[in-house]
This record gives sequence, structure tokens and C-alpha cells, in this order.
Amino acid sequence: MATPTLPPAIPMDSLLPAVWQLNADYARAIDDDRLEAWPDFFAEACVYKVTSADNHRKGYAAGVMYADSRGMLQDRVAALRKANIYERQGYRHIVGMPALLGEADGALRAETPFLVVRIMRDGSMDIFATGRYLDQLVDEGGALRFRERLVVCDSSRFDTLLAIPL
Amino acid sequence: MDTVETPRTARWPTDTLARVPYWVYQDEANYRAELRRIFEGPTWSYVCLEADVARPGDYRTTMLGELPVIVVRDEAGELRAFENRCAHRGALIALDDGGSAARHFQCVYHAWSYDLRGNLVGIAFEKGSNGAGGMPPSFCKADHGPRKLRTATLCGLVFATLSAEAPPLEEYLGTEVLARVRRVLRRPLEVLGRFTQVLPNNWKLYVENVKDTYHASLLHAFFGTFRITRLTQGGGVVVSDDGAHHASYTIDRADDRQSTAYRDQGIRSEHQGYRLADPSLLESVDEIGDGIRLQILTVFPGFVLQQIQNSLAVRQVVPHGPGSMELHWTYLGFADDTPEMRRRRLKQANLVGPAGYVSMEDGCVGGFVQRGSAAAGEELSVVNMGGEGAESQATRATEASVRGFWKAYRRHMGY
Repeated sequence: MATPTLPPAIPMDSLLPAVWQLNADYARAIDDDRLEAWPDFFAEACVYKVTSADNHRKGYAAGVMYADSRGMLQDRVAALRKANIYERQGYRHIVGMPALLGEADGALRAETPFLVVRIMRDGSMDIFATGRYLDQLVDEGGALRFRERLVVCDSSRFDTLLAIPL
Repeated sequence: MDTVETPRTARWPTDTLARVPYWVYQDEANYRAELRRIFEGPTWSYVCLEADVARPGDYRTTMLGELPVIVVRDEAGELRAFENRCAHRGALIALDDGGSAARHFQCVYHAWSYDLRGNLVGIAFEKGSNGAGGMPPSFCKADHGPRKLRTATLCGLVFATLSAEAPPLEEYLGTEVLARVRRVLRRPLEVLGRFTQVLPNNWKLYVENVKDTYHASLLHAFFGTFRITRLTQGGGVVVSDDGAHHASYTIDRADDRQSTAYRDQGIRSEHQGYRLADPSLLESVDEIGDGIRLQILTVFPGFVLQQIQNSLAVRQVVPHGPGSMELHWTYLGFADDTPEMRRRRLKQANLVGPAGYVSMEDGCVGGFVQRGSAAAGEELSVVNMGGEGAESQATRATEASVRGFWKAYRRHMGY
């Protein structure tokens, strides 16, 4: 199977609304607790990794979450739903403006800042994570999807646990 | 209304190791005593990897309890450790997590400087300026300096102690636990990632959780469902003679596949029909060749070495007051890992850490105890599985290693 790529004829600027929409849909799916929809934002062969700026800068390969297939993302959701125990909580993603960084290996590269507020069962809220999404986007199955989404958190400290994906 | 709290008279309420008073997780004075008697006492604490301080001048900063420490390799290639506190006014000498100090450290406050052994070697304007001021002639730099720590290395790990009384590291660990460290760390190490998890509980609740072989397959459904560890599997727990350290392990046993013990007891962690869409997560290799799929090892007071299938990590417990702590995770591989083994370690790292399929619950369960027992300082926690002793047992349905912790704790604290 050929690697899905972007149609070369499309000028980058015209992709911006599609990237906005993708980021908005992604954040809504997580924040609305429709986690089952989350894996579909990714290509079937994909990389999703949550790491930190310090780890990223030093070239450390491990993440606190690491998936290299859409199946692994589905398993993450299944584990949260069926196996893992954690206090009820939710996120509010505030996703900033994507910067389109050009094309590489047939994918559109984008960088987008984010801020995630965590809302706990008892109503307490805190800034849980800030950082940037480093994305590679491809057209697969007629939709723009993440071939790679590196979630580079500004801090390497995580409060209590990271259950819901960022 | 009487609002004055009676100060605690530090008395342990019972002789048995199978009961623990809840005030031990709450009391501020007890916490301060722990820092002095345990973390700064005759114990060895993990401080960094040898790989972090490979060349002369390489240093790393860390904590022994709340004691800030610099670990550095000196010009002669020896590892040195000293308090990260300027002898002048007490400011931190090194501010970063690590780096290269070239030939000396200099405090930013008044530019006092230290060699790589932690000796005070330079005082700015020591002779004053234009014949006035300066330090008195009687001031002897050699008499002033941050406190020095002893260091010891084991399989690429660096340990340190502030105490002259701590026995040599290998003697401290004992032969059995020592062998269990060597079993895992057999080649030069490489860091794959570093993360900090902030836990809302007393540091001892986390250490007990790690030593508690009883909880693992009950709390962690992921473990049980995929047969990574179940109490009906083979395995056991090794407890050092003094109770302080432990290693628990599981061996896959063919007859466990048919066991219904979990389902018969209605235990939550048994989910029939739970299958992974991408089972490559659990495709592990018996790289040590002894059939042990999982080994969790602790060194008193706050070090954990983890082998969960092919996921290797060290965890360092850093207390922050009675009700909070940090867990410093270092994910590891070996420097000569094949690309396949590296990818396997990255995938299996999903099992551990702040977002770990099996570790995320450990991040919150200590907080549940801290909150649940907040008003129960004089009540007693029950640690009775497998009896009252702290000896090694060929089962994990026991709390022997948790009792071992309390045996060592009470000895250090004088309880």
C-alpha cells in the first residue's frame, strides 16, 4: 500500500481551515468525553507520543504515552473505559493557532500550542498541561489525519496521573 | 474551645509489625525526624546514573529527602557528592538538573567557588578592596564547605549517604537483593526518558504500595486481565534480613490459564473478553533468560528498580512535607539494544509512569489513603496478610515486605 500523501497541487494556505477544523474536532472529542472517536483522528500507521520539552530537546525517545498504531490508541481508550481506576475528571483544551511549517515526507508539518485545564470530580480546576503539538498530517480515507502527533508538554511534571490523552 | 494541639509524644502504639498508626503519614514533627534519621541517616539513597556523570566535570543535582545534593565526577574520575549549599549564606550552588561544571562550581550570590570535590577554594574579594574589608585573616576556607557525602556505584547506579555509619552499599543491600539488582542491570545503561510524577500523599504510602505484592493484581485490572501478574501465578517475594529492602517477582505458569480464583471471588480486575486491538504492546522477550516476567525491587528508603517484561526504569522517591512527594522516573534501556528491543521498551513504557496502564492507579491510591485516614491519626492500619513476620515468602498473597519496611523504619526512628 502506498504511503498516503498530500495532493501536491494544493497550496499550503488553503489547508489552514482544514487544520483548524481538525484541531477543533480533536479537542471537542476529548473534552466531550467521546474518547472512542479519538483514534480516528489518526492514520492507521501513526505515532502518538506525550513527552516534555526537556525530553524532546535531549532526544529521549520514551513518552509517558507512546503509540505507533491506531490500534494502540483504541487500546488506550479501552483501558480507560474498562480497566483503569482514577477519579472522575475532565479536560478543557484551549488550542492555539497552528503554524504550518511546510511539507516533509509527503506530510504537512504543523505546530500548535495548547493549554489543558483539568476539572476534577469535586470541581477543583488546575492548569494541567501546556505545550505544543508537533504534527505530521496526511490525507487518508478522504480526511486529514495525524500521521504523527507529538505532544510536547512544557513541563516534565505530571500531577498525580495522566489518564485522558492530551 | 481548646484550640491548642497537644504535641505528639512519639510512641509507637504496638509491638507487632502488622499494625501501623495513621499519624505516621500525617505528623509534621515525625516527618522532620524522618529526614534526619532516615534520609540523612545511615541509609543509602539512589542519586543518579553513572551515565549521567560520565566525564570529569559532569554533574547532576538531586535530593536526599529534602537535602539538596550535587553529584559530580572529579578530574581524577572519582565520583563526589556534596550538599548543594554554599558555605557562605546557604544558597544553592548549582541551579540546573545537571550539566558540565568544567573545573569548579561558583555560587551566583557572592561568587564563592568550589572545586569538584566540594572544597571551598575561592572567595570573591577575600582580601577586600583597596586594603579595606575582606575576610578576617583567621578565616580558614578548609574549615568551611558544604557537607560531603559518601558515594558508591552498583551496575551503573550511583548511591550516596551523608552518614559515616552506613555499612558499605553491598553489605547494606544483602546478598539476595544485590543479586536481584545484578540480574536486571547487566549492561551499560542508556536513558530513554525522564519524568516527574507529583503524588498527593506521604512518601511512605508510595513505598508501601511498591512493596505490596498483594495489591498489584487486585487494583490493577490491566495486569490481571493480561496475565502480566496474578497472585495465582508463580513467584514470590525476597525480603532482606533487616526487612529494609525487597524484590518481588512473577513467573508465568501454564496452569494459571485455567484458574478461576479471581472470577470466583468476584474481583473487579478480572474482565473476560478484554483483548488488545494491537497486542504488540505485550510481545515481550525473556531477555534475561530466567522466565521472570516481572521484578520490582526496593532499596530502603526510597529507591525502586523495575523490570516489567522489557520495560526497565528506576524511580526515586523525593518527599515534600508529610502529605506530598515527587516520584522521579528514569526510563532505561541498554546502550547496545537492537532497534527492535528499543521499540519494545518504548511500547511497554505505556505500562508505567504517570500514564501507565498499571502505574496510574498507584499515583492516586496513596492519595485515597491520605484523605481517607485524615481524621484517624490514632487508628491503626492492618498489614496482616501472610502473618506478622517480615521474612521472604514463596507467595505474593502476603504483606511480608511491607512489614519489612516497618521493621527497618522503626529501627531507624527508635520506635
